[in-house]
This record gives sequence, structure tokens and C-alpha cells, in this order.
Amino acid sequence: MSDDCLVKEETYPARFMNKLTMGMPLQEYARKLVTPFNVVAAILLSIGLPLIGLRFWKGLATVTHASNEYPWSILLGWGLFSGVPLSATGYVMATAVYIFGFRKYHPLVRLGVLTGFLGYLFAVIYLLIDIGRPWRIYYPMAVSFGPTSVLFLVAWHVATYLTVQLLEFSPAILEWIQARRTRKWAILITVAMTIAGVILSTLHQSALGALFLMAPGKLHPLWYSPFIPVFFFISSIYAGLCMVIAVSTIASRYLREKADRQFLDSLDGLTVGLGKAACIVMFVYFALRMIGVAHDDNWALLLSSSYGYWFLTEVLLFVLLPCVVLTVGVKRNSARIVRVGAFHAIAGVILTRLNISILMFNWNLPGHFHAIAPPAREVAIVLSIITLHVLIFRWILNRMPVMREDPAYIEDRH
Amino acid sequence: MEKPVKYAGCGSERDERKDGVRTVNRRDFLRGVAVAGGAAFLGAPADAEALHDLSGWPDRMGMLTDLTECVGCRSCESACNAANGLPAPEVPFDEKSVFERKRRPTASAYTVVNRYGNPKGSGNPIYRKVQCNHCEEPSCASACPVHAYTKTPEGPVLYDKDVCFGCRYCMIACPYYAPAYDYESALEPKIVKCTMCHGRIKAGGIPACAENCPMGAITFGKREKLLSIAGDRIRKFPDRYVDQVYGEVEAGGTSWLYLSGVPFGQLDYPTNLPRKPIVENTKGFLSSVPLVFTLWPALLGLCYAANRNKEEKK
Repeated sequence: MSDDCLVKEETYPARFMNKLTMGMPLQEYARKLVTPFNVVAAILLSIGLPLIGLRFWKGLATVTHASNEYPWSILLGWGLFSGVPLSATGYVMATAVYIFGFRKYHPLVRLGVLTGFLGYLFAVIYLLIDIGRPWRIYYPMAVSFGPTSVLFLVAWHVATYLTVQLLEFSPAILEWIQARRTRKWAILITVAMTIAGVILSTLHQSALGALFLMAPGKLHPLWYSPFIPVFFFISSIYAGLCMVIAVSTIASRYLREKADRQFLDSLDGLTVGLGKAACIVMFVYFALRMIGVAHDDNWALLLSSSYGYWFLTEVLLFVLLPCVVLTVGVKRNSARIVRVGAFHAIAGVILTRLNISILMFNWNLPGHFHAIAPPAREVAIVLSIITLHVLIFRWILNRMPVMREDPAYIEDRH
Repeated sequence: MEKPVKYAGCGSERDERKDGVRTVNRRDFLRGVAVAGGAAFLGAPADAEALHDLSGWPDRMGMLTDLTECVGCRSCESACNAANGLPAPEVPFDEKSVFERKRRPTASAYTVVNRYGNPKGSGNPIYRKVQCNHCEEPSCASACPVHAYTKTPEGPVLYDKDVCFGCRYCMIACPYYAPAYDYESALEPKIVKCTMCHGRIKAGGIPACAENCPMGAITFGKREKLLSIAGDRIRKFPDRYVDQVYGEVEAGGTSWLYLSGVPFGQLDYPTNLPRKPIVENTKGFLSSVPLVFTLWPALLGLCYAANRNKEEKK
């Protein structure tokens, strides 16, 4: 209570500015913003953001190669199909800690939830740029319903899950703005929100794969499988685990002063633990991919064409190999090796998603590889959104208690 | 009978005003939201029309294109353009140089004719007319998250631009690459595709392309009747036709049927399609949705309870 009294003596605008500038005077804050990283970010944004404007002025044709044969380009191949599995961090960490009772991973929960929340938020941003009339984005929820569509399910679930993740992350925001009473309510719903998060994630992660069940003639038979929803769900689990490793590695390195002792001291041990979980899931996933080949009896395709070699590259060099690296890291108790394996595994998840949504989609059309190469303008748009993503991530980590615990709330930990 | 198929099952009942603009009243809207919300979380409800064996509308119409009759005059393209008020073409409809490359339906052309060299070596080139095939159980309609497509009792599959938000999943799902999209439009892009001249059919007429084909290569009629005509022709002239009516069974069958003198695969018809409607492939997944919604909370709740119990004992 004494805290509240002290705070109320400040005026609200002053308190607000103080929050935004992290306690620095405005001029000092502005000066601190001029860094090489920020200069590069500003350049990328100044190229990409006007191009997004161009899309809404002259149409999608001016910024992408999207065509009548190739309706979806890297805006979705990267932003949605790769972005969503890499944002599985929230449900994976919350489930581990709050449901399965791995309490020692508590320092990483908020980072996981934040990574997930921003990942989904930006997946929606890519979507809003890509779809024809983004202001109708709520139509599946309120105007016209197509429940036989897998995309209908994805729309509902991504919208709902975005809300769930905002609620899951809300304690950090409420601690930042010192709203103690509201925070109590936010914490009460933790377990319920976690369970809701697992249900929604199970379904929409797999649904992103199920979308392609509607394109049996278009997706290469090695990648088209009735198990594709299972592949997408299982790979999202290890994608989430590896992303927590990757994000915590980068954040603890470049924003070290924003993390508390407990976070930094426990990080290596927790990294190895996450690596252990990830490599078990990856072995299961690898086995499932092999079962997928066996189920459709596609063995003959594996060695008969370059598509077969590409498939083997994906499952051997980008699933099995990082899995082995993770296993070695776990066996040697080396967080460094686990980190290498985690980054490698993430590259593999992105590759799989790009294979299905772009590289192996319409594989049998003439001029296929010419058609899928993204134009420079589209790449610039993607780079600018990635930049914005990183900047907002950093903005939050700089201000809110994510990699540290606010001492005022430690006795009321959830 | 006059009501369009409620293809997706449980959309809101919409009144159709005289000017063709659909309206939604509040009660229907709320009911729709409730049902759709339930469907999103519990999976698609069992719907007699959509999920059980679909034998189709009994009197639905179809089109039969006999590729051996087509001479590539492009009259159908021209008639289609005029009947549908489409923009004037870049090159006139009597220009034959367009055959030098393969074309496809676009945002400004519902149908195009392509030329293929005769695989038999000698003989005339073969012409193939391309347009939406108006599937019996259309993938575009089952893929559309906003129910913008309707399979009408008359046969045509219609698209409603007033609810479309431009996700283009219909284009991914269509096995024939039929829908085109208006990528040039910044703020009002829409899907463009053949309507099988639904308005003309309803008024008792026949589609413009069939009416204007000087060779009689396109026959309009009840689909059942067309199938028997096609079968008769194959039986009567076994040397003239390959023994297949394309569209009879492909992906559940299409309203538009084709007869050809050479195997369809040589004319870029997809030959790797399942016989059953493609939407069947997603039904297993969608039916797992209610299971996840009921089983997961129970199992996860159990895990939570077990672990809390353990912690308390410590």
C-alpha cells in the first residue's frame, strides 16, 4: 500500500513518460537511441514501410510475384506458415511450468509467452498485408461462416489464441504499470488460459498443415501426407522449445542488464533441459516422417528424382542432424552445443514449412522455380516487418519484467 | 428447390432482396454467430447435405465440350466477354497469335482456348477450352472460410464478392487452377471465374459460349443426359475418342464434361486427382476437433491436479 501512495504523488503524464523513457530524461533517451543497430533498422524500415503503402495504393501485383497459379507467396510462407510454429513458445513453456509442474523453468515462462504473443501478432500483420480486403478480417467471426473450411478454424483459433496470449502476458504489463489489483485477477486465470492455449494450439498448428490436404494434386507426393496435421503439430512443439533457447540466448547476450541473477544463473541448465525435451520430440517427429513415407509407400520416390534427394536433405540434414547435435549437447551437458542444435532445428522447421507452402507447391507446373523466386520488393517488406518485430520485442524487454522478477511481486509469484 | 445449396452447412439464413443484395437480420446474425462459434470450436456439424453421400441436385445442368469438334475460332471467348460485360481484350478475339503460348482464365477473361500440337504427329492441332469446371462438390466452396461460394441447384458454382476478404485459399484448393484473382486492384480485389451464365440458365437460356459455338462443340443440358450422350459418342466412334469422359468422376465429378481424341494428360488436364471430392481429405482432421476440445481439458486438468497434489505433499 505504501508503494501506491508514493506513486500517486507523481503526475500521471510524468509517470507515463518515465515509463516510456525508462527513467531517463527525454534528451538522454533520444541520444541513446542512435546506435548502429538502430540505424540499420531505420534504413530497413524506410525501405519496407513505403512498399507496404504501395501494396494498398497499387495492389498486391506491384510488390509480390503472387499469381493465379501461386496465390500464396513468402508473405504467408514465411510470415504465417513459418511464423506460427516458431511462436509455439507460449503454450510449450506455460504447459511445462503450470500443467506438468516443471517449476524450475519458471524464469523462461514470460519470455516464452511474449515470443508467442508477438509471433502471432506479426503473423496477423503479414496476413493483413496479404489478404485482399484486410478490413474484412473479422468476417469469418461475424458476417459469413464457412465451417467446412480448415481456414475457418485457423481464423477463429488464431484470433482467440492471440487474445489468450495477451491475457497470459498481461501480468508483466500490469506489473510494469503497477496495477496490483488488476494483476491479481490476471494471475487467477493462469491455469485456465494455459489449458485453453494448449487446445487452441494443438488445433491450429495442425490445421495449418491440414490446409494443404485440399491440394492433393498440387503438393509433391513426398510432402503430401494424410499425417500432415500431426507433422505440423509435433514439429511446433520442438520449434517452440528451440525458439525459447534461441530467444533467451540472444536476449541474455544483448539485453543482459534487463535480466536478473536468477535468470542468468539458471539459463545454461535450463537450456540443456529444454534441449533434452526438444531432441526427444524430434526423434518422434523423425520417426513420424518415416511412417509418412511408409504409409503412402513412397520409398521409390526417395532415390528416383531430385525431389527425393531434397526430401532426404530436409529430414536427414534438417531434422535428424540437429536432433543428433541436441542429443550430444544434452549428453555432454553443454548449453553451447544445445544452442547450436536449437538454431539448426529452427532452420529445419522453416525449411519444412517453406517446402510445403512454396517450394514443393505446384512442383509439376512448368517454370515452377522461376515463379516462386520472391521479388526484391517483397523481400524488403518482409525484412521491414522482421525489423519492426525485433524492435517491439526489444522495447518490451527493456521495460517490462520479462527476464527478471519485479521484487515487489515476488511473494505473489504465479 | 429454388434455394441455393447451403453448402457449408450452417451459415446464417440470408434473405435475398429483389436487387440481389443479401441482407442479414439480427436474429439470424446472432444465431449464425452462435452456430459458427460452436462449429469453430467443435468442428463442422454433421450436415445432411455437406457430409453425407452427396448425390447432387437431380436436375442440375452441365456442359459437354467435345475437343474433337473445336477448331479454335475463339467465338466462345468473344461471346463470354460480351455476355458478361468483361473489359475489351488486349488483342482482338480473331487474332490467332495468342495460341503461341498457353493461357489461363484471368481477372478479365472467364474462359480461354489453348492450342496443342496433335500428339499423333499428323492431323490438325487440338484446341482446349479452359474455364471453371463447376464441380459437383466444389473444393473452392469447402475451402472458403467465409462461405463465398454456392453450388446452385442448376449446376453453376457461384462466387459472392461481397463477403470475400481475399485469402485466396479457394485458388489453392481448386484442382483445375480455375479461379483468377484481381491482383492489380489495391482495395477491391476479388475472385473472377466463369459463372456458367447462371442468369441465362435461370431465365431459360443457355450459356453464351455454347450458344455461340459455330461447330456445336459445346452442348448444354442436364448432366445425366450429357453423360449418356458422351457415352454414346464414344461407343459409336471408338476411333475418334479416348474411352474417358473427363469430369465424370474427377474429384467427385464436375458439371463441365469433356470428350477428347487424345489422352487428357497430354492436354494438361490434371490426371492425379482422387475420384472422391477433395473435401473428404479434411474430414478426418475436422472431426478430431471436438475430441481435442473435450479430451484435452480433462487430461491436462488431470496432469495439473496430479502435480499440485505432489507439491502439497512435499
